[in-house]
Amino acid sequence: MSVTVTPTKPVLPQPGSAPISVAELDQVDRALIDASASGPVLFFYTTAITWLLAATVFGFISSMKMHSPEFLGGWSFLTYGRIWPAYIDTLTYGWACPAGMGTLIWLMVRLCRVSLRKPALLVFGGIFWNIGVTVGVVNILLGVNSGHALLEFPSSASAILFIAYSLIAIWGVAVFENRRPGPVYVSLWYLVGALFWFPWLYGAANLMLTVLHVRGVMQSIVVAWFGANFIGLWMGAIGLASVYYFIPKVTGRPVASYYLASIGFWSFALFYPWLGGAHLAGSPVPVWMPTMGIAASIMSVVTLATVFVNFAMTMRGSYNMIYHSPTIRFTFYGAVAFIVTGLVNMIGSFRSVDRLTHFTEFGAGELHLGVYAFFSMAMFGAIYYIAPRLVGCEWLSATMIRLHFWASAYGIGLLICMMLFGGLAHGSAMDNTGQPFESVIEMGQPYMRGQTVAWIVLIIGHAFFTINFLLMILRFGKPAGQPTLFAPMEGEPH
Amino acid sequence: MKTFPAIFTGIFATFALGWAGAVMIPQFQLGGLQPQVDEEMGDIYPINVGGVTDQGRRVYASEGCFYCHSQQVRGKFDGSDIERGWGGRRTVARDYIYDDPIFLGSMRKGPDLANAGARTTKPESFYRELYDPRGAVPGSTMPSYRYLFTKRKISGQRSVDALDLAGPDAPEPGYEIVPTGEAKALVGYLLSLDRNHALKEVPQEAKKK
Repeated sequence: MSVTVTPTKPVLPQPGSAPISVAELDQVDRALIDASASGPVLFFYTTAITWLLAATVFGFISSMKMHSPEFLGGWSFLTYGRIWPAYIDTLTYGWACPAGMGTLIWLMVRLCRVSLRKPALLVFGGIFWNIGVTVGVVNILLGVNSGHALLEFPSSASAILFIAYSLIAIWGVAVFENRRPGPVYVSLWYLVGALFWFPWLYGAANLMLTVLHVRGVMQSIVVAWFGANFIGLWMGAIGLASVYYFIPKVTGRPVASYYLASIGFWSFALFYPWLGGAHLAGSPVPVWMPTMGIAASIMSVVTLATVFVNFAMTMRGSYNMIYHSPTIRFTFYGAVAFIVTGLVNMIGSFRSVDRLTHFTEFGAGELHLGVYAFFSMAMFGAIYYIAPRLVGCEWLSATMIRLHFWASAYGIGLLICMMLFGGLAHGSAMDNTGQPFESVIEMGQPYMRGQTVAWIVLIIGHAFFTINFLLMILRFGKPAGQPTLFAPMEGEPH
Repeated sequence: MKTFPAIFTGIFATFALGWAGAVMIPQFQLGGLQPQVDEEMGDIYPINVGGVTDQGRRVYASEGCFYCHSQQVRGKFDGSDIERGWGGRRTVARDYIYDDPIFLGSMRKGPDLANAGARTTKPESFYRELYDPRGAVPGSTMPSYRYLFTKRKISGQRSVDALDLAGPDAPEPGYEIVPTGEAKALVGYLLSLDRNHALKEVPQEAKKK
């Protein structure tokens, strides 16, 4: 997939004209940096959105199968046990990771204030990544599954993904080393963390499962550690970096407290790697492991509180921006969802709750809170800001952005509610031994139908998003310079 | 926090701590777990069966059975698994040392299968449920795995594995529905699932009457 891009040409001052101001220089500087990054970033975004569409189709099919098992029942490659992991892996590795990497690349060059050099390295990384995801998903559909949740891909695909990510990480470290002197903004801490953590996380998990070949419940322990870090730490870091960048950027107000931001970051780095243990409650592992996970999930309230206070203080007086700016509206939804995710994870980790929810949809609800309500919404917000600056053409239709927002917000909200409350209901019924198992399943059916309704709403949202993105890439949008807003606003745009 | 080494050291140290605590210490604690050997009785548990069980486990993974079926019995404090008749005792780490990959599972859209082979001992019952889940259990939401079976012409004797089907599912006369090698391996694996063997680290929890 190739994207032809003509980046915005910076307006250079004519010789003999008045000396240019610092603000104008800054603008030229930013335009040059954006122009240098446009190829790789748009490549990542375009592939990510393609996978998002695939995930939408897979997710819809798997939700149909939960209440109508004969739906498309004749084909082996569409059986629930294959389409569900294909959906989850497409959503995480296909959509979320490349969308996050595109945002990471752009934030890195903007915050380090350097032009992107060696874009080929990144494009190669992006191509490899997409080959890896394709190989992995096709294998799952053909019936090759490692048996480990979120690590289903065969080792060939995992190796390709690891190489692809290494190219991006090497590039990222080089950019950070060459950054222009000055204070390191809080988003950069998260980005450097994300760049460094992922290869360790993905490499160690795959090495332990395939090369060192740990046995028995150790596999479950590695998988729980990987899953929690993949979503909580890696997506968490990139999502928070994006939120920390765009809320101050678009509202035009600096982050309220660097001190709080610092506490937030280090508590995040310290506690989030332990969260996986909470998913092992009641499992045949030593009791101290889930206990550590529960303790970490309680301690993560520190992170949630600092993030909440900081964003609330930064947004104070600018809440009307949610009404005007698509970027702020999506980003704010993501920031709120980050806090909700943390609280739901904490409540779900308590043993009295986990006893009910451990073997239910509740876990899928937590996953969708993190991957979609928080991370994907933050990435949509970033794409709405970044992509037009790289293409040199604004979004054609504010109505389509609005429809995308409401469909995504309500669709994912409904999906998550169905999963969380359906999980609680399913778990309570299962705990009640007087209720036969068949009636437990029957009781859960309305929640499954509700998930399908949510998917139909999400399909609408993703369709509008994709159409709007395609039109912009093909330069059918409005001329650059005037951001597409929901409602016109006075003064400084964006 | 303003310089690269300082940030990087912190990023490295916090993650290393989590990795050591959540992965490496468990590996030291559990990585060397051995089967229980009762020398007097000459009894070893668990046993690495291998063969068709390993093939069946791969089918179980590739069809994604573990996305809806768990294989773990929790103790009375953690759930009602024992009261539901899914096992006589809670399962412990030693039960799984030869499970590769392990399928503890995180979902019960279907019943727990930790002791599936102890509850259902006839292969026909598994074949029937895999071929026609709603015929075997009304209201089941399990997919039908008809693609793991083939229809073939009866030549001479009817196959011992052939499914006894009636009504619209029944093949035309002279034909029979038989499980493929994959279905046979899967059912062989399911029949092998029995984790009720006594272990010294877990007392048999008396079943509530």
